[in-house]
Amino acid sequence: MLFKLSLSNVRRSMRDYAIYFFTLMIGVSVFYVFNAIGGQAAALRMSDSQYEMIQVLDTVISGTSVFVAGVLGLLIVYASRFLMKRRSREFALYMTLGMSKRKISAILLVETVIIGIGSLFIGLLIGIGISQLMSAVVANMFEVDMSSYKFTVSGGAIVKTIVYFAVIYLVAMAFNSFVVTRMKLINLMQSGKRSEQIKLKSPVLCVIVFIAAAVILGLCYYQVGWNSRNITRTAAIANIAAGSAATFLVFWSVSGMLLRVFMLMKNTYHKNLNAFTFRQLSSKVNTMVFSMTVICIMLFVTICTLSSAFSIRNSMNNNLDELCPVDCEIVLSYDTEKPMQYADIQEMYTANGYDITEDFSDYVNFTDYGDTGFTFKDSLGEYYDEVARQYSFLIYDAPEQIVKLSDYNALMELYGRKTYTLADDEYILFCNFTTMKNIRNKGLETDSTHTIFGHTLDSKYPTCQDGFIDISTEHINAGLFVVPDSVVDEGAAHEEYFIGEYASKDKEAAEETVSDKFDAVQRAAADSSDNESNITGIFTTTKLEIKEAAVGLGAIVAFLGLYIGLVFLIACGAILALKELSDSVDSIGRYEMLRKIGADENDISRSLFRQTGIFFLLPLIVAAIHSVFGMKYLIFFLEVFGTENIGSSVGLTLSTLLLIYGGYFLVTYFSSKSIIKGRR
Amino acid sequence: MELLRIQQIEKYYGSKSSLTKAIDDISFTVEKGEFVAIMGASGSGKTTLLNCISTIDRVTAGHIFLEDEDITKLRGKALNRFRRDNLGFIFQDFNLLDTLTAYENIALALSIQKKPAKEIDAAVRKVAEQLDIADVLEKYPYQMSGGQKQRVASARAIVTGPKLVLADEPTGALDSKSAKLLLERFRYLNKECGATIMMVTHDSFTASYASRVIFIKDGKIFNSITRGDNTRKQFFDKIIDVVTLLGGDMSDAL
Repeated sequence: MLFKLSLSNVRRSMRDYAIYFFTLMIGVSVFYVFNAIGGQAAALRMSDSQYEMIQVLDTVISGTSVFVAGVLGLLIVYASRFLMKRRSREFALYMTLGMSKRKISAILLVETVIIGIGSLFIGLLIGIGISQLMSAVVANMFEVDMSSYKFTVSGGAIVKTIVYFAVIYLVAMAFNSFVVTRMKLINLMQSGKRSEQIKLKSPVLCVIVFIAAAVILGLCYYQVGWNSRNITRTAAIANIAAGSAATFLVFWSVSGMLLRVFMLMKNTYHKNLNAFTFRQLSSKVNTMVFSMTVICIMLFVTICTLSSAFSIRNSMNNNLDELCPVDCEIVLSYDTEKPMQYADIQEMYTANGYDITEDFSDYVNFTDYGDTGFTFKDSLGEYYDEVARQYSFLIYDAPEQIVKLSDYNALMELYGRKTYTLADDEYILFCNFTTMKNIRNKGLETDSTHTIFGHTLDSKYPTCQDGFIDISTEHINAGLFVVPDSVVDEGAAHEEYFIGEYASKDKEAAEETVSDKFDAVQRAAADSSDNESNITGIFTTTKLEIKEAAVGLGAIVAFLGLYIGLVFLIACGAILALKELSDSVDSIGRYEMLRKIGADENDISRSLFRQTGIFFLLPLIVAAIHSVFGMKYLIFFLEVFGTENIGSSVGLTLSTLLLIYGGYFLVTYFSSKSIIKGRR
Repeated sequence: MELLRIQQIEKYYGSKSSLTKAIDDISFTVEKGEFVAIMGASGSGKTTLLNCISTIDRVTAGHIFLEDEDITKLRGKALNRFRRDNLGFIFQDFNLLDTLTAYENIALALSIQKKPAKEIDAAVRKVAEQLDIADVLEKYPYQMSGGQKQRVASARAIVTGPKLVLADEPTGALDSKSAKLLLERFRYLNKECGATIMMVTHDSFTASYASRVIFIKDGKIFNSITRGDNTRKQFFDKIIDVVTLLGGDMSDAL
């Protein structure tokens, strides 16, 4: 009997349940999609070096999922509260018919189970579908080969999703039962008729609170925006806490203040339905100060994480093109104190029966130098004291890396980059790591004349030039001095470089050949008696390796960003939509009355549009302001990856935001419109 | 001068198999400056009649003219505009916006008409004076008594200077003292301000404040009596006589 009643209830109030169901479904599918990433990624990338990355990604996503489940749980409890409120009259009827509260709880329980199982099932189906799509997106994002891809369903993720959501539903049920036991018949019967008690906050207090909040926010903004270098982890957390509290105060005071301000603008206030619109809005914001704060902070986190994720992803791909122009780099480091065993790397290969050059179509082979009398400290000159105070973690007594102009130009021709010329008493400083570039530029400004290998040289340019030797995905060249060939003392050789492009079109096969030879040479070098060898190390870096690592790191960051960002965005949209819709339901009578006294249908629509619009915009605006400073802080960390395309990342984030958040806004507006539509 | 002319209107509900004639061929006219009460038992069709006149509901047949304009021909936006510019409404359950103060509720009727803000203040204060609610203007509906709320609703109805004020059971939710106070105000608006009022009620005492009472039974006009030179008490007695004639249905509505 109870089951029948519950089932028919669900069927009857399908429209009400639609929002609830929809929210649950999206929650379930997003949860599945991200927890299935491990399996999906495994299907994409089979190489061993990637496997570890994927495991890290899986672990991080698992941890994040607990937090996400918490957010979704709160959202679901909120949604069920909305549903309960909508059905007050129905519960009142049950109670007047003599049904016990326990029975009502039981009905709700069965309903939740029906909805829960339904949404879980459909959500999982959609999630499995989307996760296939997600793989394609990932493959596209990181330029991964899709040919080995298979359709996968992650059993582990399904079980995990079911378990997590079962717990969430249980909490929701417990909450529902709790609400039922506290229901009073009189309140239920009068629900919808009972008018809200409107209390205007004291305007003086509002202004004081607002100013206080603005000051706190200003301090936080300053800390993260301009003082980011000195922020410790505790300070960062303190900043976020203070910022959140200040956000709460802003909403609290603004909700009281805005209405007052509008009321003073009599001409605007008493125009069309403005008085009604403002009152509706202020009561909405007033009852939602806390939720607004939470939404605002979630939007803030969304904007920041999505921007960072997109930015890192973009940079990785761009950097790969710019900073990794050739296939392979082999580096040999010498101990200059010991006698030479091999003259150079080519001889070392020849000694082992190989020809290093035969696998490369084009290569450069050169040596860099170090002058123990010319360290980082020396290069900074008088600026050193100030830098040492600010950046105590840097190493100052290492010799600077020095390269001959002819070698550098040869390499740049291979890389397809700009070549340089030098007079006999000039040098060029190359650097592309932003923080170091700033320090070195200051150094050049203070003192640009240095003694290198006994020659007094002056910088050709007033600032650092953009350039590098090592292939990588990041801007990590911290400083490189290019000097005229005649200056260099050949005895001070430091490392030998062999950088080239594979001859074969089949890069993977070429890589295998090269790395086999390399392994053999390396083993031979290690086997030969250690004391005799002047070679202290031999390393390779290849474009393929770099690419794989980039996918791993980029994937972790981008996925987490997307995961948290999307969940937060959905949660924000859903909370606002539910609140707005429940308000519309409560306000049907008011709109009915407006129609009776002859308000234009257009005016009513406009009023509703403004209410919904401002309601959605308010937290977004505050979050946007927060984000400007939040991003300023994040750029500090993103520098390594390169921040030149941060603008397009923010653009992409805004489009995503506009799409999902704007979508929620439109759906809410049109649903509200149909809710308040006249019955005729 | 004739303000409202109702010509053989009919209103049917339901399907062919079970047709309910809520209004069955009713015709009458209302002069400018009249205070008309329409009486009838529950289900007699009096509220349907009021809804048809107020354009909230549509007639099945017949015509309603307000100053020679056939309002049964109006559609869509013209309907809202017509209500806004010509009619004032007073409802049994007040229908005030609970988020707005009394002042704002009254002002809203004017701002919907797109009246300039500086005219609004004077108009609101004047009507508040007339209805004796000047001291509750800054209060919210939940802070007012039922009588005060109904007078605020009345103020909202007449502040726009409508051609016709329609009241649906205005005393239905009021105690007898508040009801009397409200009806005194209605008479004042009618006599001193020249407002034309049409009021639906099933209460004989309420009806006795009108200048004419039209009785409706089963969707038809049963009788109609005018007050003329009678005192309110004498008119009340005459109404009671008709009510007795109408039958047992109404005898409990004394």
